[in-house]
Amino acid sequence: MKAVAKYRLPSGGHIDRSQLLQFSWGGRTLHGFHGDTLASALLAHGIHFVGRSFKYHRPRGIYTAGVEEPNALVTVGRNGRMTPNLRATEVLLTEGLNAVPQNAWPSLDFDLLSVNNFLSPFLPAGFYYKTFMSPAAWWHKRYEPMIRRSAGLGCASGQADPDSYERRYAYAEVLVVGGGAAGLAAAHAAGQSGKRVVLVEQDWLLGGSLLARTGETIDGEPARAWLAKMQRELAAMDNVQVLPNTTCFAAYEHGMWGLLERLRHHGTEQDKPNAPRQRMWWLRAPRSVIATGAIERPMVFANNDLPGVTLASSAATYANRFAVKPGDRTIVFTNNNSGYVSALSLIEAGVEVKAIVDTRPAPSGAMAQRLLECGVTIFPGHGISRARGWHDLHHLRIAPIDEEGVAQRGGVLMSCDSLAVSGGWSPVIHLPSHQGAKVQWNEEQACFIVAEAPAGMAIVGGAAASFALAQAVQEGATAGASAVGATAPAYGAIHGAEGALDCDSIAWIKGKRGKAFVDLQNDSTAKDLALAIREGYESIEHVKRYTTTGMATDQGKLANVNAIRIVSKIRGLPMNEVGVTTFRAPYTPTTLAAFAGRELDDFLQPERITPLHDWSVTLGAAFEPVGQWMRAWYYPKAGEDMHRAVQRESAAVRESVGFMDASTLGKIEVRGKDAAEFLNRVYTNGMLKMPAGACRYGLMLNEEGTLFDDGVISRLADDRFFISTTTGGAPRVLAWLELWLQTEWTDLEVWLTSITEQWAALALNGPKARKVLQPLTDIDLGHEAFPYMRFREGQVCGAKARILRVSFTGELGYEIHMAPEAAVSVAEDLMETGAEYKITPYGTESMHLLRAEKGFIIAGQDNEGTTTPDDLGLSGLCSTKKDYVGRRGAERAGMRREDRKQLVGLLPENETLVLPEGVPLGAGELTPPFPILGHVTSSYMSPTLKRGFAMGLLRRGHKRHGETISALVKGAAVPCKIVPPMFLDPDGERLRGEDA
Amino acid sequence: MQKYSAISLAYHAFRGHRHWQRAWRSPEPRQHYDVIVVGAGGHGLGTAYYLAKHHGLRKIAVLERGWLGGGNTGRNTTIIRSNYLQDESGGLYELARSLWETLSQEVNYNVMFSPRGVLNLCHDEHDLKGVQRRVLANQASGIEGEFLTPAQIKKEVPEMHVACPRLPVLGASLQRTAGTARHDAVAWGYARAADALGVDIIEQCTVNGFRIEGGKVRGVETTRGAIEADKVALVPAGHASVLANLAGFRLPIESRPLQALVSEPLKPCLNTVIMSGAIHGYVSQSDKGELVIGGGADAYNGYAQRGSPHVLAGSIGAVCHLFPQFRRLRMLRSWGGVVDIAPDASAILSPTPVENLFINCGWGTGGFKATPGSALAFAHLVANGSPHPKAEGFTLNRFASGLIIDEHSAAAVAH
Amino acid sequence: MLLIPCPWCGERAEAEFTYAGEGGIARPKNPPELSDQEWADYVYYRHNPKGTHHELWLHLHGCGKYFRVVRDTVSNQIYGSAPMLEAPPAVPERKEV
Repeated sequence: MKAVAKYRLPSGGHIDRSQLLQFSWGGRTLHGFHGDTLASALLAHGIHFVGRSFKYHRPRGIYTAGVEEPNALVTVGRNGRMTPNLRATEVLLTEGLNAVPQNAWPSLDFDLLSVNNFLSPFLPAGFYYKTFMSPAAWWHKRYEPMIRRSAGLGCASGQADPDSYERRYAYAEVLVVGGGAAGLAAAHAAGQSGKRVVLVEQDWLLGGSLLARTGETIDGEPARAWLAKMQRELAAMDNVQVLPNTTCFAAYEHGMWGLLERLRHHGTEQDKPNAPRQRMWWLRAPRSVIATGAIERPMVFANNDLPGVTLASSAATYANRFAVKPGDRTIVFTNNNSGYVSALSLIEAGVEVKAIVDTRPAPSGAMAQRLLECGVTIFPGHGISRARGWHDLHHLRIAPIDEEGVAQRGGVLMSCDSLAVSGGWSPVIHLPSHQGAKVQWNEEQACFIVAEAPAGMAIVGGAAASFALAQAVQEGATAGASAVGATAPAYGAIHGAEGALDCDSIAWIKGKRGKAFVDLQNDSTAKDLALAIREGYESIEHVKRYTTTGMATDQGKLANVNAIRIVSKIRGLPMNEVGVTTFRAPYTPTTLAAFAGRELDDFLQPERITPLHDWSVTLGAAFEPVGQWMRAWYYPKAGEDMHRAVQRESAAVRESVGFMDASTLGKIEVRGKDAAEFLNRVYTNGMLKMPAGACRYGLMLNEEGTLFDDGVISRLADDRFFISTTTGGAPRVLAWLELWLQTEWTDLEVWLTSITEQWAALALNGPKARKVLQPLTDIDLGHEAFPYMRFREGQVCGAKARILRVSFTGELGYEIHMAPEAAVSVAEDLMETGAEYKITPYGTESMHLLRAEKGFIIAGQDNEGTTTPDDLGLSGLCSTKKDYVGRRGAERAGMRREDRKQLVGLLPENETLVLPEGVPLGAGELTPPFPILGHVTSSYMSPTLKRGFAMGLLRRGHKRHGETISALVKGAAVPCKIVPPMFLDPDGERLRGEDA
Repeated sequence: MQKYSAISLAYHAFRGHRHWQRAWRSPEPRQHYDVIVVGAGGHGLGTAYYLAKHHGLRKIAVLERGWLGGGNTGRNTTIIRSNYLQDESGGLYELARSLWETLSQEVNYNVMFSPRGVLNLCHDEHDLKGVQRRVLANQASGIEGEFLTPAQIKKEVPEMHVACPRLPVLGASLQRTAGTARHDAVAWGYARAADALGVDIIEQCTVNGFRIEGGKVRGVETTRGAIEADKVALVPAGHASVLANLAGFRLPIESRPLQALVSEPLKPCLNTVIMSGAIHGYVSQSDKGELVIGGGADAYNGYAQRGSPHVLAGSIGAVCHLFPQFRRLRMLRSWGGVVDIAPDASAILSPTPVENLFINCGWGTGGFKATPGSALAFAHLVANGSPHPKAEGFTLNRFASGLIIDEHSAAAVAH
Repeated sequence: MLLIPCPWCGERAEAEFTYAGEGGIARPKNPPELSDQEWADYVYYRHNPKGTHHELWLHLHGCGKYFRVVRDTVSNQIYGSAPMLEAPPAVPERKEV
């Protein structure tokens, strides 16, 4: 059995003394009990000094017992599970926990950067705005690296996080935030209605402030018994979900809440490596009860940051909840009644309280009386003008103060090893503020409260500055009941903390020497605030940003109100006119990966594959992602690189036959008596006179007059069309067509159905295409029977199919559409019947090459967002006899200028050269900077032309055919001949194929 | 103006910092100004500064409805780069970027411009071609930049998971002369320098009307009374449409929430700025040590300075995807701004239908980087009535003519 | 995340929807007669109010219907929604700035 730690009280506390836990702190092996936090376990060993501050690297101790902790930031865990910047006050002690201090080098005890503390006269607020400017280049090269190295707190592990996170969407009628007395009463009252209630508590124990106090009774029974009863009864309600270890970190729009549930405690993640570490809830709850309590504020005085100084209520929490005394000789410094409550509580737990220093001139009442009876000296009208110590606190200078808080001569120097301070209380009103609730200063309780709660939200207990236990419980019960339309249960006698704080307006003792910290972590002092105001940074937002007050990892939970008080004093403005800075989500720091959930790595985005995907895989295809689709890019044979595979595939299509998987084409069925009229309005070319069985290539423009999408329209019947879209464009085109139908042309009878995934498609191309396909289908493929740009329905390989005689290669082509489940067998049969013609599967890259030889554009590659059909040389596809979407847009003055970028063909004079896609075009030598006249949009080596060729957008391109232009390739100007974008078979002879 | 330097800091240190002058005055508005600038963000304060410095105007006021620098200047993620695709944008942003290099010295206030390099990643072939084209276009225009292969990226940013399982990084553009700056300092620096040139900066002064006579602006109505002016220059960012409405015209602008967040501060763990348009996220590390993360704007119009969590979660997911070692780190603070987005995602620096009333807006999600260039060019427009040579294409006329400056992407459609 | 009342499906999370811009913009009946500026007004210019906004949403991952919504762009309060063919929902008081 290990010896009990020196500062552990012999009895009491919500700890399990039967479970002794070993942990490591900065390499030291220590022990604590189950139920301890890392902070309480350290304090039990008398260890206050656990960290260094951000700027001056001053020694800092454990200041609080909760989420507001500014000082005791530690790094916990090893390897990929190493987590920096955790508050020791929140980390549940677990067996084997490994924690180390941070932001100190070479060690916590001897930190070189603590020299900053002595350089502080040269480092006032905003010093970096006034210096490091000369010479100019030194900021980035010299000064900034130095600042970056000294800034920052903990270190990221540098290793991948091995844990997983998940997200849950949920609904509740009522969300209760906070499991203290008020929240429990609210959840209990709401739960009795049978409606769905969720209660969240950031701690692993319910009870809130009840855990930190003794002697309270609720409903006639001791508070601990009442707490146990509430937990039992809530657990028995099926409709109530109690979530401990869960922080409600944000209030979002329309009753949505962000909750972070910590499923594994630090240091125990490896026990269940496959279970999620944390779960983010996105909970929709139209009604809520905010029972988030309040946070005690520090006092501002010289050296108020020394290790050994804690909040008074935190000291009481350590004594009562963790059975740890803050020191052997404690002094309490307060400006309000709650300091007395904490002092009495400490005494009851067996802590020696030497004195109470109270800024108020005449404290009185029962509590003062009792303290006097306990032998505590009370210093009314006094303040602490300066604390003394470095690694730990050893003396306090207690001085009388005037009504402005200025320390006067006289007073006493008192020795002590711990100081408990109370500067009043701040209700936790972050969540209502996330939803834009206005806050106002409440003079009576000396705190900011919500002026008007957002709709559906009730704020109760400490969060509403109702600090009396009886009031908090009653408010909670009432709010919980009214959230479900019930009446509040009546509670019996409640005896506990009283509500009136009688808080003094003095929270800042002005002395002559020493640093009086307002923001402990960021090291901003009362002097810094005064300097900021003197320099004109008067708005509270300017003060905050100039001095960094409230910008530390506690986000001003301790600092903000004191800062506002000091600004109010200096500027002589009422608190409400100084105003507050905005609270922003999250309430406490929230794990990044919990936001991402499972949508990482393989699951970042869905991956869409075609019915022929596996078939292509077996052929060794390389794939390229196109949007979410994976498309077969090329089918390399052994030893082939992409270039050689594409040359072989392309040549095969020109010389014999090949086919590609075209299943990713977007496909939409358009049906209804007005289908033709509708398509006539959204395509540039005429659709009304198109006969059934015909296909047409069409362009869609947006109202700006630029190309939106393109595809083939097939008329199945008078009232039925089938249109294709680009691979990436399908959802966008469908939504856009629906927009016209539903919002503009509501009189048209047309229905649209996405059929992209209902039809697989193969594009069979090449002079031998007919020979390969005819044996497999009952459709007569004869040139006369089934002409170009026609469509037929029938059977292919016994499966129902639609065949379009279209061509994106310039060769005889058939686009075979069939049920997805038939696709593989059709592909296999094509391979079999095509074997004698050396049929060749080809991928998207060969398709790109083949179409470019014909000058066919790829929407999205050969155009820009401003390109019109005319720019692409496609004005022939634009009807002059009708209005259509985009027509007027394309007729605007700037859209018809001759100097627009227009599509041209480009032939490099060096025939072996393939221009890189994207290279800029210009005149002459192209010495940068030069005016860019255009760029290369598509470029390939043609196995048929035996030369490199390209297309590009070029200013005034249509009028430049025959001229020469330069392309910038690897820094050199490469001359290219400008030609019409048509490199092969301009008369379309090849479309007939063989045996026509 | 009191000079800021290490020497002056030391001098004042020995005097207890009691004798620093105000960075800017807090004057009462005069009855009449030559130019009133509405909006005391970086762009507006910079406009006033250059009007005074380059155009010799002395009676200038900047009116601000809240506190100066409190709009998008004070809530952006501070990325500065000029590697835009279109010539017009490249020209204007490069003007701005070059001004950033000496802005601290220009205004004698350390704005901490840090050219730590910006990488724009691509994740598919289409993306890759777009980035390659942009790099080549930039080089042709004299804008520094290079293309990196995955192996080169790995060398440049060893922390990043280049070969991530879904949507691996296929390449990137790197602009080494791009980087970040300290956002608040830009507003404060310009404010102080403008104030020293006699510009009146008037905070807590909301413009709630315009005096327009015979189609000409004569002044503004404010919460602090009517103020006359020969010219009025609007630099209202997210509130552009609100002011235009008061002046009786509409704009091709929609205001959207844009969110961002920071992590808790960490010791240096990322040197470069990483952006990925394809997976909608970007990240850099601030001098304070916080990871600064952002992404795309929310989809709907909104003035609430709040957005939806799934949009933010998307940006965080993108960063966690690329940096598995950041997953365990924690979000400290998230916030939203209101960005004014034009249909072509390019800014508007333009005369308006009201004579002598000018507007500078439409910077969308990326206005911070443009601050000095925007201010310089806008001051030119306001002073001369004609656009600065680097900003000729950015007037409202482009929407009628169709000569828009499309910066949505290299092309409108994915193939 | 907004909670959007689809007139056909009831209240659903924003993630199911696509925002479709300002509502009530009709395509001009006589495009050829319009000036370039008038065409630009239709295509690009928007009211973009700070306050009550008439807008369209598409229930993309739901019923596929476009519908009208009236929402306050500052508070995000939604005053109601209506199918395209019905009148837009009434707004308690005009709060447009």
